[in-house]
Parts: sequence; C-alpha cells; structure tokens
Amino acid sequence: MNTTNRRQFLINTTALAATAALPLGVRAQGQAIKVGVLHPVTGFLAYSGNLSRLGAQMAIDDINKAGGIKSLGGAKLEAVLGDAQSKPEIGAAEVEKMNEAGVSAIVGAYASAICLATTQAAAKYNIPHVVDVGVADQIVERGLANTFRFAPGYKVCADTAMNHLVLLNNLAGKPAKTVVIVHEESLFGTGTANLLSQQLPHLGFEVKEVIKHANPTRDFNNIVLRVKAVNPDIVIPANYYNEYALFVRTMKQQNVVPKAIYSVLGGAASSYKFVREFSDAANGVLDVNHWFNPKDKRAWALKKRVDAMKDQFFTYEVYLNYSAVHLLADAIERAKSTKRDDIVNALAGSTWDKHFMPYGPTKFVNGQNQGAQPLMMQVLKNDIKVVLPKTYAETQPSFPWKG
Amino acid sequence: MFELSILWPSLLNGLTTGAVYALIALGLTLIYGVLHIINFAHGAALMMALYGVYYLQRSLGLDPYVSIVVMVPAMFAAGYLAYRYVIGVASHGRDENILLVTLGLAIVLENLALFLFKSDTRTIDTAYTFTTVPIGPAMIALPKIVAFFGAGATAGVLLTIMRTTDLGRAIRACAKERQGARLVGIDVEHVFAMSFGIGLACLGAAACFLLPAYYVNPTVGNGFVLIAFTIVVLGGMGSFAGALVGGLLIGVVESVGSLWLGESLGQIGIFLIFIAVLLFRPQGLFGARA
Repeated sequence: MNTTNRRQFLINTTALAATAALPLGVRAQGQAIKVGVLHPVTGFLAYSGNLSRLGAQMAIDDINKAGGIKSLGGAKLEAVLGDAQSKPEIGAAEVEKMNEAGVSAIVGAYASAICLATTQAAAKYNIPHVVDVGVADQIVERGLANTFRFAPGYKVCADTAMNHLVLLNNLAGKPAKTVVIVHEESLFGTGTANLLSQQLPHLGFEVKEVIKHANPTRDFNNIVLRVKAVNPDIVIPANYYNEYALFVRTMKQQNVVPKAIYSVLGGAASSYKFVREFSDAANGVLDVNHWFNPKDKRAWALKKRVDAMKDQFFTYEVYLNYSAVHLLADAIERAKSTKRDDIVNALAGSTWDKHFMPYGPTKFVNGQNQGAQPLMMQVLKNDIKVVLPKTYAETQPSFPWKG
Repeated sequence: MFELSILWPSLLNGLTTGAVYALIALGLTLIYGVLHIINFAHGAALMMALYGVYYLQRSLGLDPYVSIVVMVPAMFAAGYLAYRYVIGVASHGRDENILLVTLGLAIVLENLALFLFKSDTRTIDTAYTFTTVPIGPAMIALPKIVAFFGAGATAGVLLTIMRTTDLGRAIRACAKERQGARLVGIDVEHVFAMSFGIGLACLGAAACFLLPAYYVNPTVGNGFVLIAFTIVVLGGMGSFAGALVGGLLIGVVESVGSLWLGESLGQIGIFLIFIAVLLFRPQGLFGARA
C-alpha cells in the first residue's frame, strides 16, 4: 500500500503552496486553460446535451492538436465538464462549481431555459459565457456583459421562417391558408408558438389551434386527433427531438398529411438521425433551423469525422458547439490572457470569420452576433437539402407536399 | 364538440390505457383488501419493474412480451421477500407502521434508481412500436391493443386464483377475518406475503405491457400510483371488479378530457371524479357499505 509519511506530505503541500503563490500571469504560460463545457447530458434533453458536449470536445481536441493558444505559449484548453441534468437550477449550480474550479470561460448550455439561468449565474463572476444554441432572445436582452451568442435567436429564426413561408406559398399560388401549431411547454416552444400565432394572421394565415404538450410526452394520439379534427394546410411543430419524432410519426400513423410540416427550429426536421431512422415520416418536412454553409468544405470534412463515429450524427448541436469553442479560442488568443475580463473584452470586439456557418465575420451587439441567420432545409429523397435563401440553396423546395 | 371520427379513436385509446391502469390498481387493491395497508411503494415497484423490462431488452435482447415469464416471478419473489423480511418485520404488527415503511421504501427505491440509472428518460424501440391496427375509423397502436388484452388476461388469471384455489380462499379468509383464519390453521404471515407478492407480480406484467409504448425514468411510478389510488377509491377499496371498471373509466376520462382540455389540463377529470366519489359515494362504485 502506498502510504504518505509526514515528510512526503510536507514536500507536497509546500509545492502546492508555492504554485498557488505564483502570480497568475506566470502560471498561465503553457498551462491548461480551463473551459467550462456545460450541457444537459442527462434528463429529457440528454440526447442533444451529449451531442453538444461532443462538438465542444472535438473543437477542444482540434485546437490543442493544432498547438493550443499560441499567444499563451501554446497553452492547452482543458474541458471542465458539467451536467445541467435538463434543469435550469442545476445548470446554475454547475456554474458555481465551475467558478470554484477556476474556469476562464463557459460554453453551453443548449436549452433556452438553462442558458437563461447559467448566463445569469456566470455574470456574477463575470465569467465569459458563449451560448451555443439557446435561442430565447431574453438571453441577450438582459444587459449581461459576459454573455455572447454566436447563433441566431428565435426572433430572427421566426422572422426568417415566416418570410420564407410566405415566399414559398406565393410561389405555389397560395395553396395554404390554415395553420396548427404544436409546441412543448418550456420557454423555447411556448415563445416560438406565441410569436408565430401573433404574426401569422398578419401574413394571411389563419392559426386554427395552438396545442401545448409536456416533456416528455410518450403518446401523441390525442394531439394528432385534434390536428386531424382541424385539418390544417400546414402543421408547425416546435419541440425537441424525441417529441418531434414521435409527433411526426404518429401523424403518419393516423394518416394526417398536411400540405407541409413546417418547423421553426424543429428539433428533428434537419436531423440526419431522424432522416435515417424514420425516412418515411421525414420526407418532405421543411425546417428553418441552424445549418452550416453547404458550400464550405470544412463543414463537410467535420461531418465526415462525426459520421465515422458510432451512433453519432452531424447535428446543429455538434457544429454550433464546435464553432462556439473556436470562437472562444480566437478571443483567448487575441486577449493573450486567461483573465475573465480580458476574454469578455476580446469577445465583444470579435470579428472572427474562420468558421463554416453562413454568418460572415462575427460582430457582437449586446452579446448577439449580428450576422447569424438560419437556413431553410427540406428532406428530399432521404437527404437534407438547403432550399432557401438562394445564396446557400442546393436545390428547389417541393411545396405543396404530395405525401 | 368533436365529431365521431375523433371521439372514437380517443375512446379506444382511453380504454387501452385504462386496462393497464386497471392492472396496476388490481395489485394495489389486492394488497389493500388483504393487508389493510396502503402500499406507497407501489409506484416505485412499478418503476423498478419497468427498468427490469428495459434492461432485459437492452442487454439480453428479450422482447418485452417474452419478459413476462421473467418479470412476473421476479416481481412476485421481490414482493414476497420484501413483505417477509422488511415490511412485515418493521411494522411490528401495526398497520400505520406499514404505511410509513412502504413510504420509506418508495423513497429509497426512487433514489436508488436515480443513482443507478440517472434521471434519463429511456424508451425501447421494437419492430411493432409504431404498427397500427385499424378499428373502424380509428388507428390504434398495436402495443396498446396487446396491453388491453394482456391486462384483461392477467386480471382473469388473478380472479381465477382468488375464486378457485386454496390460496385464493385463504387470502379471502385473511381479508375478512384475520384472527379466524389463524384459528383454522392458515399461516397468516405467509398469506400476507403471498398477497404482497401477487400484488407486485401484477406490476411485473403491467410493466411488460406498458414499456413498448411508454418510457421509464426514476419518477415514472408517481403518475401511475396517483391514478391507481383514484381507481381503487373509485371502484371501492379491495374490490377487484371495481378496480377493473374504475381503471377503464379513468382511462377514458383522461383520454377524452385531454382531447377537450389539452394534455396538461386533461387529467383534471380524474381528480374531479376522485373528489366526487369521496363526497357522494365514499365506499366506491363496487364497495360494500362500511
């Protein structure tokens, strides 16, 4: 057995104390930079949370392999993993732990409700917090100087979605007039549903019904029956992957075939996993969502690496987190410091363009990246194709869908 | 008002869900009828059974319906041993103690599950999860139909045991007159443990019918146990027929209620019934007057 005697203990503690006494700047040289990687890796968001974590870790590995942060003597990034367990209050508690662990920044935390809690908790210590997905606009509207979001918020996504929907409908000779919205009960689904049900009537669509459901919901029969009773032209789901998949499949089961299943940030419509697993239900589905620039080779190269992994898919969770970590690394590189204040300043002045998202160079106003925008995709012949806007489109949209 | 093409499928959905509710309530009402205790660990036991089915499928590739031959004896044994060596011993012969012991057991089991399996919601995917069968204008998922008939068959087996076997007679004797049963030579402690075991065996079967169309997480039992208590009160404490009819009724009320009022508010009907029964017919639909 390995016993620690008094002498050994003294040597160890003296060394430890000496390290602690060194000024921060000296220690940072060549030492690991702790980055909090905070996602809901268990609970009802576990699927998305794990993909998010995968994306962040791939980015950290890539950055470290490429020589780390060069302005800090090649310092490596070190992930401090956190699990929000799909609950905002636990997300906030994880931030406290990460603060204790001395992280320089946090990337996370996938869901809007969790991001609201974690950014606020991180703001207390001015920990720079790069929001990976969290689309709720309140996240960047509370004047938190530490909070930065690379991807678009849902106001931008919903506006884009509505513009594209009008465009799509006009091009086809206005076949669609009525809409039913099915959404999950948390901030993301409810917020999207509220926004859409306010705006769509002004654009010539009648919102026949707005149906809310819990997380998790294991039986969509009743909801689909209500949709069937209304028989709308367009069904708009706003929910997370499991519920989305179940809902669309139950529609298929019950023979409900609208002119379009059109989602705004729908958890599954732009998911390769969904397309592979349920191709019969997936074909024709339209989605305005986070998506990579299909004309950028780097995105396809990353996709290839993810596809090669067992049971992993190239979803927006993966590449938004991959991008978020790179954005942070660029800021640390320019800050030449691991101090939180310096990184916050570097992020605020970021003009990073070495990414494969259709955003252009970053420009943060109140923490929101101004160029961020979603794309519109459609599942066609068991593959996902960008159909709008023209600049990024790979093919023409198919609407109304013939089933 | 919804048209028939919507109401009919919703009604069938409710009946099929109700059958599983009834099966869960049967176990609960048996335990109540014989032991005169309210088993708070019923939900936690169901949750454990669901995990059992889940891992049998995941690690051994056992079909959930085949798992019945494993889960029913396993849950029976668990119930028998739990009563013999934990609940019965800790109760010191007093009913109110048993109440607390089962509550404690529920808390321990739930947290054990949280520790072992994490808070993830898990589902299994079988070839028939999304197969539907048309019944008139309705499309009903195959697992729900299997659950309906499976629950009915299990209830039938249970009723036959109660009516025709020596064990059934002994259980009924203990339920009616504990002291008298002991006097005619019935091993009362053994019968109690058997009843508890059979009660949990019902859950083993229910779990097998439930999982193909449902999910499991450490708190999944809570929703069911609340409904099961309502059914037992509705049908009459200790009444088998009451549990069966009550289960189906609650299933339909829930299904049609959520069609009208939405998924979140739909369950309100169940609890309105609960309050109404307590107010106007406290002995339940099939219960004898106290």
